Amino acid sequence: MEIIESARPVYAILVSLLAVVFIGISGKYPNLREMWTMLAAVLKFGLVVSMLPIILAGKVIEYHVTTVLPGLDIAFRVDSLGMTLALTASFLWIITSVYAIGYMRSLDEHAQTRFFMCFALALSAVMGAAFSANVFTLFVFYEIITVTTFGLVAHEETSEAIKGARRYLTYLMGTSIFFFLPAMFLTYNYAGTLDFASQGILAGKASYTIISIIFVLYIAGIAKAGMMPFHAWLPSAMVAPTPVSALLHAVAVVKVGVFTVVRILLFVFGIDLLSEIGLGTYLAYFASFTIITASILALKQDNLKLRLAYSTVSQLSYIVLAVALLTPSGITSSIIHITIHAFGKITLFFVAGAIFVATGKKYISQMDGIGRRMPFTMAAFTVGAFSMIAIPPFGGFVSKWYLILGTVEAHMLPIMVVLVASTLLNAAYFLPIIYSAFFKELPTDEVEGLREAPPMVVVPLVITALGTLTLFFWPSLLLDLARMVVSLVM
Amino acid sequence: MIKHLPALLIVIPLLAAIITPIIGRIHWVLSWYTVTITTFISFVISLSLLQTVLLQGDISYWMGGWQPPWGIEYAIDNLNVYVMIIVSFMALAGAIYSKNNINVEIDEARKPFFYSVYLLFVTGLMGMVVTGDIFNIYVFLEITSLSGYALIAIGKKRQALVGAYNYLIMGTIGATFFLLGIGYLYLMTGTLNIADLAARLPEFYQTKAIFTAFTFLVVGLCIKLALFPMHFWMPNVYTHAPSAVSAVMAATGAKVAAYAIIRVMFTVFEPEFYTLAPFNIQPILLILAVAAILAGSIMALAQTDIKKMLAYSSVGQIGYIVLGISLMSVNGMIGSLIHLLNHAMMKGALFFVVGAVVYRTGLTSIENFRGLGKKMPLSMAAFTIAALSMTGVPLTVGFVSKWYLAVASIEIGMWWLVPVILLSSLLTAIYFWRIIDAVWFKPALGEESHGHEHDDHQKPKSNDAPASMLIPTLTVAMLCLVFGVFAYAPVSLAEKAAVILLK
Repeated sequence: MEIIESARPVYAILVSLLAVVFIGISGKYPNLREMWTMLAAVLKFGLVVSMLPIILAGKVIEYHVTTVLPGLDIAFRVDSLGMTLALTASFLWIITSVYAIGYMRSLDEHAQTRFFMCFALALSAVMGAAFSANVFTLFVFYEIITVTTFGLVAHEETSEAIKGARRYLTYLMGTSIFFFLPAMFLTYNYAGTLDFASQGILAGKASYTIISIIFVLYIAGIAKAGMMPFHAWLPSAMVAPTPVSALLHAVAVVKVGVFTVVRILLFVFGIDLLSEIGLGTYLAYFASFTIITASILALKQDNLKLRLAYSTVSQLSYIVLAVALLTPSGITSSIIHITIHAFGKITLFFVAGAIFVATGKKYISQMDGIGRRMPFTMAAFTVGAFSMIAIPPFGGFVSKWYLILGTVEAHMLPIMVVLVASTLLNAAYFLPIIYSAFFKELPTDEVEGLREAPPMVVVPLVITALGTLTLFFWPSLLLDLARMVVSLVM
Repeated sequence: MIKHLPALLIVIPLLAAIITPIIGRIHWVLSWYTVTITTFISFVISLSLLQTVLLQGDISYWMGGWQPPWGIEYAIDNLNVYVMIIVSFMALAGAIYSKNNINVEIDEARKPFFYSVYLLFVTGLMGMVVTGDIFNIYVFLEITSLSGYALIAIGKKRQALVGAYNYLIMGTIGATFFLLGIGYLYLMTGTLNIADLAARLPEFYQTKAIFTAFTFLVVGLCIKLALFPMHFWMPNVYTHAPSAVSAVMAATGAKVAAYAIIRVMFTVFEPEFYTLAPFNIQPILLILAVAAILAGSIMALAQTDIKKMLAYSSVGQIGYIVLGISLMSVNGMIGSLIHLLNHAMMKGALFFVVGAVVYRTGLTSIENFRGLGKKMPLSMAAFTIAALSMTGVPLTVGFVSKWYLAVASIEIGMWWLVPVILLSSLLTAIYFWRIIDAVWFKPALGEESHGHEHDDHQKPKSNDAPASMLIPTLTVAMLCLVFGVFAYAPVSLAEKAAVILLK
């Protein structure tokens, strides 16, 4: 494989870091401040896209920054897997920035400068994680994401927000220090390196018992992937303003979590090793448990954002389940679902925020007839929900299709039952919302008539909803990237 | 001139210590200038010695031209030049920092004396490090201790007197033990030169006298080091001493004591000794180290006074240093040595910030840190960096130390140490997080009632420490990051020293 030395991944990280400074100093002029955010978002996306042709041509981009200690390098390596995450996150950052500006201004939120600074910082860290060339770099950026998003979760500074943010930090930091760090340490100790390699680095380096221990430590340590029992931080994080929930807790943070799982599974352990020991099967069943349980919990939530959060927990485990199948279609499904779920879920969160901005409503039980007052918003919600349930012609269908193929390839029919059950549960917690929004009567004290949120809030959610459709009809770019990963690791 | 640099390292601060109170009579600021310039010269000399050692190998300087073992030798190798740089740098930072800081904590009339004693303290530390003669170590140890007692007691706080008195008692016991140990060594070998001792000792390794000597030496130094459970003099000292003194003592005093232990354990005695000793020394040190790490962290959790919390945290950190020593492997020793530097920077920065808070508010309770993030943003940024570093976050120096200690533990098959290190990191995270949380996310005391503030309405005025305090604080805090990212520079130095020690 051809390797190209280029600092472009570093620029993609630095661009939003630099924006942080400008956002900070122009805090007194909101329009100028928001211009920096937009500029950084567009530039970042541009930089990521500029690397795409190189990656699609089958090359990788490498850049070595520094050696902290022998064996511990800060280095970047852009490949098709990292590209998928980087493209998704940087594209959606542009959309979310528009939305966030509309949202924050409509609600006249406080501390907006800090908000946009933390947001840009978090995005820098996400790029860093996507482009990491070794476990150490990935770990560092994983931690930076936790710290920078803490300020966003605690944004409201109410006691509830502070409590939620503390729980967020405790779960994410606690698990990463207690499990992820020792796992990395043991990996280094046995493999002698932390660099990702397409066939894994642990094969033949340690006994099966040790490898299983390392495996369990990694899975427990990557709490950002939202696997039970370490999922409780995600519902807690819903105290954050909606743009944060949308981009970070449906896309960036949680996707870095599952991305890390995929990365570690494929590039540290390697498919052969995992199937030899049979660890993939265990993980698949473990993820299935989360899928079902989280869906049931979602059913019970009346707060729309909380229902979406549990749905996210469940959907994240789809990705883990898919990669744990260790078959070509399974891996493909897990990678494309990173993007497909991102578009769907960000739409749903945008809708939740739009409803809050326009009407101040948070609970599903208050949303009878809301579709008549906010037709565009609720149409987008319907699209997002259908994608979650995996109804064609929406993106979600594509990834579920590959997932089912994957279970067939892996001869794991019980998993198929899980998928069917989960699809039904998804329908059970989304369809009633759509039904009551469009077919139930408005509460008597409310007047009929169109009352959408401001355009800066509505336009982004329509765009992401259209994106979900696009991903069904033209999934080729995504599938190409996923196929490249498969051919690399198989 | 260049040839005499090792002697100048001691002579310059010693002479300056005499001049300082005299010219301080004109104006106290002159004594501050003297101290700053003197410590700066020490730092430059240390750097030049480092260069010499790296390029030309070890230096042996004969005091007064007398040939060792009859004369006093100043022997400089990779190990002590490394410690020398830590000590002289932190002494310089502390000196610059003290200019404004002592305005509130020390009486105007005593300032020249403070600086004089400060220089004596530095002289003693540098002397302990530079000398190649074990009796000389004792002499400088006493200079350090005596000036240390004075430095603690010189502040305005009356509780400091009790602290200094306790320290005086414990310090004297420690020094006496050390002297007794030297006595036994001299009795058996007839020499005091370290290199000479190292050559003559092996034939006496199995004698009870030498084993007694070893025990006295190490226990005596452990008291000076404040290794758990011999630490109880320390928290009061650090709590009540002027902040500049706490910072410099925490950053240098304990480090030099640790250096002396390493010197005694691995240069005067050789690893072979530990296999012949009547009982096994390694597990004892190991258990003490682990107890120190855990007990220090747990006690730090319970404190409400920030200086006391930092003092107990030092108890834990000293545990790390001893842990590395007790593993008796190259990686363990690297962990130990690198932690000398790292802890000096982290704890120095933390005490500097606390001093700045005292300077602005006069209070040291943790409660008082609420809302300081808006009032003293730069100081609190430095505090946050140092605190993250104490926790061991990657890309800070704390991570580097812990990494090496963990690697070394696994290397020699002591798996159970890794969870211990992790647990203590977690405890450290908890007790520092309380403060960081209060600093950045809580309203200041008495301002809670304003409710939900909009940032453009009323912004608390930034009232950070003066530049003479901020500059050393920020420099040291930044170094915590710089040496966390470019860790290989100090590590390679520590590695060379460790390899020689454990040859």
